[in-house]
Amino acid sequence: MSLVAMNTVATNTFVLLDALLAVTPSAADVLRVLTLADYNTRVVVIGTTLLGLAAGVVGSFMLLRKRALLGDALSHATLPGIAIAFIAAEAFGASGKSLPVLLVGATVTGALGVGTVLLLRRYTRLKEDTALGVVLSVYFGAGVALLGIVQQMQTGSAAGLESFIYGKTASMVVSDAQLIGLAGLVVAVVCAVFYKEFKLLCFDPQYAAGQGWPVMLLDLVLMSLVVIVTVIGLQAVGLILVIALLIIPAAAARFWSDRMSRMTLISAGIGGASCAFGAALSAVLPRLPSGAMIVLVAFMIFILSMMFGPARGIVPRLLARRRLSRKVARQHLLRAMYEMTEEREPSLLVRTTQDQVGARLTTKELSQRRSWSTKQLESELKTAEEDDLVELSGDGWRLTEEGVTLARRVTRNHRLWETYLITYADVAPSHVDRDADMVEHVLGPAMTRELEKILGRRDPDQQAELPSPHAMVEGRS
Amino acid sequence: MSSPSTPGPLNYTSMGVGVEHSPQSPLSIHDMTVAYNRRPVLWDVDLDVPEGKLIGIVGPNGAGKSTLIKAVMDLVPRASGRVTVYGKPYRKQRQIVGYVPQRESVDWDFPVSALDVVTMGTYGRIGWCLPVMKRHTEAAMHALDRVGIADLARRQISQLSGGQQQRVFLARALVQDAKLYLMDEPFAAVDAATEKAIVNILRDLRATGKTALVVHHDLQTVPEYFDHVILINMRIVAHGPTEQVFTKENLHKTYGGRLTLLDEASEALRRGGLPR
Repeated sequence: MSLVAMNTVATNTFVLLDALLAVTPSAADVLRVLTLADYNTRVVVIGTTLLGLAAGVVGSFMLLRKRALLGDALSHATLPGIAIAFIAAEAFGASGKSLPVLLVGATVTGALGVGTVLLLRRYTRLKEDTALGVVLSVYFGAGVALLGIVQQMQTGSAAGLESFIYGKTASMVVSDAQLIGLAGLVVAVVCAVFYKEFKLLCFDPQYAAGQGWPVMLLDLVLMSLVVIVTVIGLQAVGLILVIALLIIPAAAARFWSDRMSRMTLISAGIGGASCAFGAALSAVLPRLPSGAMIVLVAFMIFILSMMFGPARGIVPRLLARRRLSRKVARQHLLRAMYEMTEEREPSLLVRTTQDQVGARLTTKELSQRRSWSTKQLESELKTAEEDDLVELSGDGWRLTEEGVTLARRVTRNHRLWETYLITYADVAPSHVDRDADMVEHVLGPAMTRELEKILGRRDPDQQAELPSPHAMVEGRS
Repeated sequence: MSSPSTPGPLNYTSMGVGVEHSPQSPLSIHDMTVAYNRRPVLWDVDLDVPEGKLIGIVGPNGAGKSTLIKAVMDLVPRASGRVTVYGKPYRKQRQIVGYVPQRESVDWDFPVSALDVVTMGTYGRIGWCLPVMKRHTEAAMHALDRVGIADLARRQISQLSGGQQQRVFLARALVQDAKLYLMDEPFAAVDAATEKAIVNILRDLRATGKTALVVHHDLQTVPEYFDHVILINMRIVAHGPTEQVFTKENLHKTYGGRLTLLDEASEALRRGGLPR
């Protein structure tokens, strides 16, 4: 999906280069656009925002149905329809530039294109990507050829038809914005009404069919929504880039949530925001096509989502991994020091004195305990010292009072988990959560008591003097 | 029932004709043939499934085991024949048939929780366009509890182990409270704990009079898990009570010259203490 996004962005690089030559706007112009002072800007921004919202919603269903690219074939297949509608309208003496007429033409060939893909897939052994490639290029090629014919027609002016290819919001009027708003509303209502059905369809169509849901019909409804969004998006974004509006917001939203309902709403938000900012940018820089601006804004949001999205963004994942490895290293150190104290000077750990400290251990002794490199061990000791868990004492390190308390808990949890795994080897693995601060939080107090009993703890008021479940003869546990 | 002196398998070999079908049977397959791309994969399947039993569907790869289940549920078109569930066509009985598809049939990266997936088992009951209510999620939680993973209900499904994912699928079928369960390799690649949990649930189902048809790969556990067996290799080789049908001779007919499998089977037979 991101590949498609990049692809569409790449397609547009040429447009951008051209646009770089555009005159720089004055500060006053920028202000006028940002405050939506212009009536025309207001119409354009509101219209495209509604489009973005609708595309975001439908796009997330398409993405989850793994049919996202079908929208690309669909949008390219609208071009011949636009040209034919223009020719037909002119032939009947009407204006060929009436938007509703052109959109009807676009809808017809767009739907035909999708139908062709589905037929090719069903009755030949062609794979989906092949069928998409054939339909997309052939319909688009036919559209370009028809546009060539239109340009040579004597009647009417065909200028502006090509704006459907790249998108041109400047030509948007109030009635267009109203049309988009109405279509967006229809899309939103249908999605809300069929949310449960679409969810099932996208997740497990085979099960849905087995349960008697009409999968074909549901797919048809979903495809109709895509047709609607694509056709109303032609004017603002253009047929080459409208696919980006279906894919990029949904793909970006996936980084933010692991829940479909939330993902759909976030996708709508991203779609709406991309369109609003993109249209505004295009209003400030009139020589930059709005479609390109919208897609580039969407792509910026996509990059940010990919980096920082809490559900599966790159940065949160890396941070979580680092936090975990730090925690594990800290726990290993504390446990090693606690167990070594236990072996050498168990009297230090008996709970009679208030200020307990661990046995004094040299770095050499410590590094033999685990496969630590000297550097690793030293940095670990240093951070532990900063947290007042260990302290230097003569030629060695020892646990501080605070360190003993924490190490006791870590060691106890570790031993309880080990016991649990050993005792309930057949059922346990799914319940083991070594990361939990207290075993009780996961297994409950009853189970914890039972485990403690298994471990042979004599005094129930003691906190951690639980022997390791496996003998510590090897010197490590 | 056949006496020990008659050659057991013959009695159970379906020839596609002359089989009496009972309207009480949880599943009657009448003379069904299924073809993919003009190539038949199942021929003349004709059988009645007994009620309240655990039935294993056993056969080599490509024998049509999954196809049998899918054809019953109208998921693949039948070239001929018909199917009845408790005497009525399947499409009228969908609510009493629970389906557990193969685990690989869906994308586990999908943004839903375990609870969401199990709740999908109630959608049929809820009906068109109506929202999921509290009682439906409660039923789903109960089903998750039955399969032993209620504590993982809110977890996104990609964060579940393979065995846990299989349990989610099983719970989705359980929440339906069906009378007949069709399960496509529920034991495939699951851990020992999950296998045990699934077997226990199957036995619970049987104890409450439910019927389960289970596609199964592991010949060794067939005598232990299933009351009845359907041996299948593009046609029904034999079907009937496990102790009568699960014989070396029938397995030979089912698996042909695949010796390694036969060795496995005879090993299983020896350990299971079944005749020959």
